Amino acid sequence: MDAFLTSRNVSDILHGLVNGVVFGLVGLGLVLIWRATRVLNFALGAMATGGAYLGLGLLSYQVPFWWCFLLAIPAGMLLGGLTERFLVRPLYGKPEINPIVAMVGLLILIEAVVGSIWGTRQRSVLPPFSYVDFHLGANVVQLSPLAVFQVTAAVVLALAIGALFRFTNLGLQLRASAVAPEVSRLLGVRVSRMLTLGWMLACGVAAVAAVIVSSGFISGLTPSGMEGPFAAGFIAAAVGGLESPTGALVGGVSLGILESFVTDYWNPNLVLPVSLLVLVVVLMVRPHGLFTRQVVRRV
Amino acid sequence: MIRISGLSVSYGAVRALRDVSLDVPTGQITAVIGANGAGKTTLLRAISSLVRPAGGSIDFDGTELVGMRTEEVARHGIGHVPEGRGVIEEFTVLENLRLGALHGRGKLAAGLETQFELFPALASRRKQHAGTLSGGERQMLAMARALIGEPSVLLLDEPSLGLAPIVTRDVMMTIRALCVDRGLTVVLVEQNAMSALQVADRAVVLHLGVVAADDRAEVVRADENLRHYYLGTAS
Repeated sequence: MDAFLTSRNVSDILHGLVNGVVFGLVGLGLVLIWRATRVLNFALGAMATGGAYLGLGLLSYQVPFWWCFLLAIPAGMLLGGLTERFLVRPLYGKPEINPIVAMVGLLILIEAVVGSIWGTRQRSVLPPFSYVDFHLGANVVQLSPLAVFQVTAAVVLALAIGALFRFTNLGLQLRASAVAPEVSRLLGVRVSRMLTLGWMLACGVAAVAAVIVSSGFISGLTPSGMEGPFAAGFIAAAVGGLESPTGALVGGVSLGILESFVTDYWNPNLVLPVSLLVLVVVLMVRPHGLFTRQVVRRV
Repeated sequence: MIRISGLSVSYGAVRALRDVSLDVPTGQITAVIGANGAGKTTLLRAISSLVRPAGGSIDFDGTELVGMRTEEVARHGIGHVPEGRGVIEEFTVLENLRLGALHGRGKLAAGLETQFELFPALASRRKQHAGTLSGGERQMLAMARALIGEPSVLLLDEPSLGLAPIVTRDVMMTIRALCVDRGLTVVLVEQNAMSALQVADRAVVLHLGVVAADDRAEVVRADENLRHYYLGTAS
């Protein structure tokens, strides 16, 4: 058992988990926004960074980690809500490229604003967990209490979002507004509010991903620090078919583990090419993604 | 009572409704009939504020509906079963009904009981996705979903579309029963004029966006000229 837990392959899997859940959460945020409003939010990584900086950056002076963590989530949600309400809503019904251009603009804007306020130096806020990996005798298991916390936080959040959508009346309205806005309105659902809420949830989720990135010991968060996780999260969401929250999460974790193997066995520089290759192959074999039932949507 | 006066709706250069005035009396079935493109669906969409009229007013028991948001019209007790029924295929039968009850006046549990009694076929399929239902079952689900919110007015857009004649007759009898037993006000848009006229109290004939006739249903049914010119049904 010990030999198994400290073996090279298991180490690679454990090592890839933290990145994986970050990718998964970013992918989940993308899917939530795509399902609700058919917008590919290229600014999601930056919005998450903005939320995290509002939470962590402002309070990184002797303020306990938990307060920073808890503040980053509403900060991200606020950013998401404002973006949907004032930047995206006027663009519904316009050509699809319009919101994409707006989101790329927002990405640049947020990174610039965050950089000018807090600087471009890497920042990290250490959670009250040890970053030292567990040991089994003389051997290292590639897992620290910090990593356990990071993965647990992501899993709990994903489960909470899943429960919200599946079991609550609010979730029912969020789903209905996404798939059938006109019918939902006819049944008295305040659809615009639901769409704003969908963006808020997605950006809150992404903000947690940014907090996880910022809470690394060696790594930290920079204003452009979520660009890499965003690219990976986007690949994860696309592999899952952009429609499936589960697909994005599973895709994200798989991608994190795959990257870990590529880094260990091959070459760290090949991480991105391999990820993109996976995306291309999946889209060639199953254009609708791995997790989407192939339904033709009537517009 | 819904009093529509001087209602005009345009889609770009096309005028779908021109100066339409009519009354929908409380507790009765008002059939709106006419050929394709006569403006029947547009009339219902205007009542539900899904289209913005160019002019005119829609008064519902003293409340002006023009300019109100669709979701607020629904919350005022106007149920609307749209063309093509609009059941959410990704949802189960139960989820569709839950959504309908959410902003209605009644309680979910009591509403489910009532609807399953009214449409027994739905009870055994409550866990199924709505996408697996037949055309008739979908129509039942769409009506149950609107009714579970206990609306005072029900707008029905072509309920007979794509249904076998025998199923159509069942649907029409259900509508009649709802009206008689519960005092529901119904606006029934139909291309299938004869089946609508059999259950309606009043009938409005629309022709190219204009009211061509507005009378008691049996009068319209007996009018040879109306049938010939506007309804295209052989006698």
